[in-house]
Amino acid sequence: MIPELGHFALILALCLSLALAVFPLVGAHQGRSSWMLVARTAAAGQFVFVAFAFGCLVWAFLHNDFSVLYVATNSNSALPIPYRVAAVWGAHEGSLLLWVLILAGWTLAVATFSKNLPERMGSRVLGVLGLIMVGFLLFVLMTSNPFDRLIPAALDGNDLNPLLQDPALVIHPPILYMGYVGLSVAFAFAVAAMLEGKLDSEWARWTRPWTIVSWMFLTLGIALGSWWAYYELGWGGWWFWDPVENASFMPWLMATALIHSLAVTETRGLFKSWTLLLAIFGFSLSLLGTFLVRSGVLISVHAFASDPSRGLFILIYLAVVIGAALALFAFRAPKVTTKQGFRLLSRETFLLSNNILLVAATALILQGTLYPLFMDALALGKVSVGPPYFNSAFLAPVLPLLLLLGFGMHAAWIRQDQQSLLKRLRGVAIVALAAGVVLPWAVFDSTKLLTVIGCVLGLWVLLSSLIEPLARLRDGKRLTRGLVGMSVAHIGVAVCVLGVTITSAYNIETDLGVEPGETVTVGGYDFTFQGIRRVEGPNYSADEADVRITRDGEFVAELKPQKRVYRVQKSPMTEAGIDGRMGRDLFVALGDPLGGGAWSMRIQYKPLVRFIWIGAILMTLGGGLAASDRRYRVAVRHREREKEPVGVPAGEPA
Amino acid sequence: MLRYLVPVAVFAVLVGFFFRGLYLKPSEIPSPFVGKAAPSFELPRLHDPEQRLSNADMQGSVSLLNVWATWCFACRQEHPVLNEIAESGVVPIFGLNLKDQRPLALRWLEQLGDPYAATGFDGDGKVALDWGVYGAPETFLVDADGTVLYKHIAPITQDVWQQELLPRIQAAQSRQ
Repeated sequence: MIPELGHFALILALCLSLALAVFPLVGAHQGRSSWMLVARTAAAGQFVFVAFAFGCLVWAFLHNDFSVLYVATNSNSALPIPYRVAAVWGAHEGSLLLWVLILAGWTLAVATFSKNLPERMGSRVLGVLGLIMVGFLLFVLMTSNPFDRLIPAALDGNDLNPLLQDPALVIHPPILYMGYVGLSVAFAFAVAAMLEGKLDSEWARWTRPWTIVSWMFLTLGIALGSWWAYYELGWGGWWFWDPVENASFMPWLMATALIHSLAVTETRGLFKSWTLLLAIFGFSLSLLGTFLVRSGVLISVHAFASDPSRGLFILIYLAVVIGAALALFAFRAPKVTTKQGFRLLSRETFLLSNNILLVAATALILQGTLYPLFMDALALGKVSVGPPYFNSAFLAPVLPLLLLLGFGMHAAWIRQDQQSLLKRLRGVAIVALAAGVVLPWAVFDSTKLLTVIGCVLGLWVLLSSLIEPLARLRDGKRLTRGLVGMSVAHIGVAVCVLGVTITSAYNIETDLGVEPGETVTVGGYDFTFQGIRRVEGPNYSADEADVRITRDGEFVAELKPQKRVYRVQKSPMTEAGIDGRMGRDLFVALGDPLGGGAWSMRIQYKPLVRFIWIGAILMTLGGGLAASDRRYRVAVRHREREKEPVGVPAGEPA
Repeated sequence: MLRYLVPVAVFAVLVGFFFRGLYLKPSEIPSPFVGKAAPSFELPRLHDPEQRLSNADMQGSVSLLNVWATWCFACRQEHPVLNEIAESGVVPIFGLNLKDQRPLALRWLEQLGDPYAATGFDGDGKVALDWGVYGAPETFLVDADGTVLYKHIAPITQDVWQQELLPRIQAAQSRQ
């Protein structure tokens, strides 16, 4: 009964999303206030019904209702309770329902917090979000209903994919989806602005906090995914350039560019077509990610079971939503752009190069991701594009980006005097250069050109981010959250760059067979394999090794890496043992028994690997500070400009 | 005005590719050699560089040629299945050790067991290139007369063995 209620609630939510899509948009077009008023109520109602449906699915999982096909395929009576909840989004249907729930949540949030938006603008934004919702609810109901029954019911379930039975994976999808779906808000704002034919600084001020918050979720979600891959896949890598990883990384790059482009639009009223385009690209790439993951078009370790009918549905949806937005852009963008001058050396130029480089990086990653598909579709053969392509394709735009970043933060709007900029940054540049060359060599005894470049750029960004906040502190000036947020986020970038550089250059990795009692030395640490024992988990059995680590005879840590076999799906899983410190990780993954009590093991020494995720956390933190800056919290004056002509006159004040 | 149409035009082309992509099967990679004579090769053996491994060694009975490497994570998963096949004695497996280092590869076989009748050491990957190898692991089913009968990409699992390889091997062996 309860699954049927959930199904019914989804149908009701679809009706409300149709109302949300039609009335406010038509009402805004024809100036009918009563129609526009539907928006907030429909947004709230839609959320209530989607949440109810989601609750029904959670209920089915918690009560082991194996008469529901989706529950039977993705859960098991021995599955621990937290993982039963996580199993809700463990496969295609449920994760799509989670997506829908989060979209309903963002829509409700916009309806709640945008009361001071002009009525027409607010209605259009909510209407566009409603349109997006209609498509997703139709997708769920027509191709991927999670409430389908299994008659006769299964005695027990098929269990959740063991790869997903992990704390990080419990929260990874919701956080990542918060980011993906959050970009729909920026998209809706962009489409609304194009429908309105008006895009001004005020618009940028409304859009920016939403963009930053979804960017924060994306940052955190990607970092969590990378962290999970690091310790769960058992080989200590933290980024693989897998199509699905790329699918989450490309919207992140676009959102990063959008935040910076919005800064220009907000302060100077410029870069309007960039801003619109980036807002469209950001959400388009998150939709594209959904398509790639769920249609089976590309090969990926993360891909959901593919089904051409689902793929076709998403493709049509993709074509309609993105195609319409881009067509609208083609007609409306020329009307909203503003021509205003700025000198070559100015903050505008730096932010423009930020946009261009980030778009270039995204385009190169997109090309690499889709290249196998292009070749296959043109019958030119099957190819795969590996990390070497992505590493160089990504570094090419990112290295100059980091270099310019250090300058850009200190450049003034409109024009910047070259002498004073150089004078301000000279000290930092010298320190970064010297330390970047000397430090890695002094600590690790060897260095390579790329390592030096990485370290110098990382330190350069780090130190240059500190200049302004420190100067203000010294002079007793006020520190705005916007400024601190920017600095913290850029320091996060720097920390991440340093982590990636050092860990790539000095990571030591060995695969070897060890016998009980044997000691091996890796990276100056002695790893003693003390023995193996059998451990029984709730739904798995594991061999657990006991590895004692000492350095110069002093105890460092005792690691217990496991090799698990999950009882239902019979798949072996590695649980790596990791001793994580700020400066380095020691990583032991258990391989296979070699006979005679010996086991193969992968032992790794990874210096500064933690910096990668700490950097991501700092970026998120910085985003949070920036999004809560005072200028976004004070109520934006409610202004209705019904009679104003379409388009913004040149020279409009920032 | 025209330049504002660029994004939507690019996007239209992309959608065309995606539509085409829906009806392609990326994991099925046809080998141009299926049904044809296997490309000729001669390689130093992994265990003893003085000895050679060539097409001649594979003639006379149906055999598998398995492309593997120690850098290949999936090969490690595949290895126990290869061991079982070798134990069952149904078909000899020849190894093609791709772009690897000899000591690492030898240690791998020492630790995980050696299912191969013989392994060729393809250090620079030239033979693999001739065979149209796309990655590791890949496995070719070669008939007694040296014709390539089938190619499997990705690790051999029990399912793959039972459903894809074993029936083809038995059919080929019964033809002899």
